[in-house]
Amino acid sequence: MNELSAVEQGLQRVVGFGDEPDRRPEGLDDEALLAIHRSLVRLRTYDERSVVYHRQGRIGTYAIFRGHEAIQAGAVHALEDRDWIFPSYRDSAIGLLRGLPASTILQWWRGHPSGWWKPEDVNVASICVPIATQVPHAAGLAWGLKLKGSDTVALTLFGDGATSEGAFHEGVNIAAVVKAPLVLLCNNNQWAISTPLSAQTAAARLSDKAVGYGIPAIRVDGHDVLAVHDAVAEGVARARAGDGPTFIEAVTYRSAPHATADDPSLYIEPERVAAEQERDCVTVYEAYLRRLGVLDDERAVAVREEALAAMRAGIQAAEDEPTAGPELVFAHAYADPPPSLARDLDELRRVHAL
Amino acid sequence: MSVTAVTTRELLLVEAINDALHVELGRDETVMVLGEDVGRLGGVFRATAGLRDRFGSDRCVDTPLSEAGILGAAVGLCMAGWRPVVEMQYDAFSYPCLDQLITHVGRYRWRTGGAMSFPLVVRMPYGGGVRAPELHDDSPETYYVHTPGVKVAVPATPADAKGLLAAAIRDPDPVVVLEPKLVYRTARGAVPDGEHVVDLGRARVARSGSDVTLVAWGAMVDVCERAADAVSGEASVEVLDLRTLKPLDEEGLIASVRRTGRCVVVQEAPRTCGFASEVAALLAERAILDLQGPVLRVTGFDVPYPYWQLEDWYMPSVERVADAVRRVLAF
Repeated sequence: MNELSAVEQGLQRVVGFGDEPDRRPEGLDDEALLAIHRSLVRLRTYDERSVVYHRQGRIGTYAIFRGHEAIQAGAVHALEDRDWIFPSYRDSAIGLLRGLPASTILQWWRGHPSGWWKPEDVNVASICVPIATQVPHAAGLAWGLKLKGSDTVALTLFGDGATSEGAFHEGVNIAAVVKAPLVLLCNNNQWAISTPLSAQTAAARLSDKAVGYGIPAIRVDGHDVLAVHDAVAEGVARARAGDGPTFIEAVTYRSAPHATADDPSLYIEPERVAAEQERDCVTVYEAYLRRLGVLDDERAVAVREEALAAMRAGIQAAEDEPTAGPELVFAHAYADPPPSLARDLDELRRVHAL
Repeated sequence: MSVTAVTTRELLLVEAINDALHVELGRDETVMVLGEDVGRLGGVFRATAGLRDRFGSDRCVDTPLSEAGILGAAVGLCMAGWRPVVEMQYDAFSYPCLDQLITHVGRYRWRTGGAMSFPLVVRMPYGGGVRAPELHDDSPETYYVHTPGVKVAVPATPADAKGLLAAAIRDPDPVVVLEPKLVYRTARGAVPDGEHVVDLGRARVARSGSDVTLVAWGAMVDVCERAADAVSGEASVEVLDLRTLKPLDEEGLIASVRRTGRCVVVQEAPRTCGFASEVAALLAERAILDLQGPVLRVTGFDVPYPYWQLEDWYMPSVERVADAVRRVLAF
């Protein structure tokens, strides 16, 4: 194990690490711990299979999230189903944990319009491709629901690079001013494609940025799903109590390529990546559950088989979907479209004899 | 046009906007106003005066200085069931919000397969001629028109300022409303009391004529009417106020040009790829055999909007518009 960098020190943990002993989280019984495990495995399996599907030419360019499943699963399990999630593209499959079928998310990566989902069905906003621009959306939704008397909370996920963006600043600032019930979950994996954290910010810790917005911050080990869960639960409790946003810095390390189109050999530190494999969030959590006597081989195999079956069914369903027709080019951009769009569709049909 | 009110009042254009906001916030409790200085101050032009007192600080919200944040938050507010009316303090101060406008406002409905609506309005004072510092004078309509998923309205009269804003607020899609600040306090006219809606996508014949159509929107409608007066002994000029740039009243435009056979388009924005170019292209595609001469453009120039001691040289003048009318008649 490499020595921990400055940003990796002072992190809250639940699962034992180094000299720190295992802790048993409050309020999570065996069933809840196993439910979190199932979510971790579903995400891991989705990610692993998606990389394979990409290599097989069955999905397009894909943003890998290996090693970040603990942040996503820890967050979702600390929320209630009515709470909203605003994912970045790195969290494309987080909707699986809210009941979205794998086929829908696979279709998104296949560039098929059935990758559209109805956010209100699962309270998961659409995948946000431009960096940090979902932060003000989450702020606005949380604020808007609060104005209507709801105590629903919004959570948004973003990376370390996002904290350099104007949209991050403006979204957090507005959320803090209006005390929006919002949890800001930063996946600090220390890389923005090829740009290391040291070239991203001069701040010693991203959590320091919270001071400037007048909101509290929590720093956790992003490899530790239970630490993430507890931090998000704390942020959710503050938000529901009317005390406004909380910034969570979950520190990990990006050991996988940014995306299937990326060549990390140009910038990556191989030794650090190798060390990261030893701290893999799924492996670490399974070992923890086995130490507690909660997980056995039979269960572990069954959970993985279930996740694999869901992916097999998902890619099958996606590939069985009919090819999208040209009318979908024009559908849905407007509730009340300009008349020119109908003429354009007619023209397309005429020229291609459809 | 649907007008449910029978009585009218003489209002300035900015007062008509204020009236529209009062009526629409009173009519629909999900309508809210947010922007910089819109609450306590009532807006730097007083377009939102009185709203905070009547509807409270939760429905007329003073925000931080944060154009992209305001518009981004408005996206989330729509998702929470609100109809936000966002004020950008000035035309050129809206540029930071283009990020949210392009990447999300115009795309989010499409992204959800039509499952979610984003009935927000971005309103802003626009245009030059007001002796203001840099970046208080721009005519950015083309950026907005060019953004898929977004509609654009530009009123020229007090009645339309009220009616188009009401239509924008009630529209299920995002609408940008550009208000001609040059005539905020000089355009005065009869405005229907109470609810007054001018449907989007319907041009207005501001003045009928038979020799040439002047096409304009916003503050340039008045310039065109004065140019029509200036050439009244030489030509019968029709002035067509487009009112909505998207959706565009293509049939109304073509019908007018069919009547007159000639067209001059007037805009204060820079020339290249401005909306006047779109009008000219459309007429070339759909009305070429009705034209007796080329479609001419009278526009601002392809330069940064000048310091105000030079701005009168930049703005389309009555003289330049009259000259274009004479040129197309002589073609």
